[in-house]
Amino acid sequence: MFRAKVLIKRKPSILDPQGKAVEIGAKHLGLTNIKNTRIGKYIEFDVETDNRESAEKEVNDYCNKLLANPIMEDYEFTLEEVK
Amino acid sequence: MNKPKFGVVVFPGSNCDYDAFYALRKILNYETNFLWHKDTDLNGSDVIILPGGFSYGDYLRTGAIARFSPIMNSVIEFAKKGGYVIGICNGFQILLEAGLLPGVLLKNNSLKFICKDVYLSVENYDSVFTKGIDRDKVLKIPIAHGEGNYFTDPDTLKKLEDNNQIVFRYSTKDGKIIEDVNPNGSLLNIAGIINKEGNVLGLMPHPERSCDPVLGKTDGSLIFNALANNLLN
Repeated sequence: MFRAKVLIKRKPSILDPQGKAVEIGAKHLGLTNIKNTRIGKYIEFDVETDNRESAEKEVNDYCNKLLANPIMEDYEFTLEEVK
Repeated sequence: MNKPKFGVVVFPGSNCDYDAFYALRKILNYETNFLWHKDTDLNGSDVIILPGGFSYGDYLRTGAIARFSPIMNSVIEFAKKGGYVIGICNGFQILLEAGLLPGVLLKNNSLKFICKDVYLSVENYDSVFTKGIDRDKVLKIPIAHGEGNYFTDPDTLKKLEDNNQIVFRYSTKDGKIIEDVNPNGSLLNIAGIINKEGNVLGLMPHPERSCDPVLGKTDGSLIFNALANNLLN
């Protein structure tokens, strides 16, 4: 079995309203050096197979078809074997 | 004190600010002003209302960004000096993020946004917000929220109970507090709490939506009028 850890970020060219809104909070806190706040998603799950290649394929499918929208988001992931 | 003057804070994303203004000014005849989130002047208000809505788009966590608005520094200072503050719905969430009240509001356990009338049992008749309300009265006031599931650690919950800080709990029409009428999974059916000092109230139900008789319910006005009368006395 593999443990997948997926990080999804908006593509750099895509507006991130959440990051912008949160950064207003930083300004109000007096943290003036904080710039370019971007908020992504972190997702963990298990893949029940012993074959790394098929696990990678399944994670890619999951990411491309459901977890991320490839038009506006990039994703990266790690797969760690769990005994 | 004369009739209290109300100040309704307007955050970007507030959407019950005009409802609160309408209920307080037009229906209940209290002097009421809007307070802009970028200002720091509370304009001589005796009672501050943090209204419902989705301040700053509810990004990060509900209330998390609004809590650092310039006006909130003044509201926190005002509250710490004993000033009266009512946080309704998103306003309650802001009070929790600001640390003026303990705990958090989680996503409703049904995962659904719930908009309906509920019944509230008044659990503390000694607070400035409830003193004088008829003891047999079960309040009918609407809720409208996705994140109203009150949660805190067991120690804090015990303190809330010991200090009589739980003011409103979801109940049946005749005031029975049972899990069946808990709309969102709140601990102990909690719908509203006050701080230990008793000058800050946070509640999920919307009393401002239960003031105008044309809406078929006016129990929300009991809370505003109780507060106003208790400040007069």
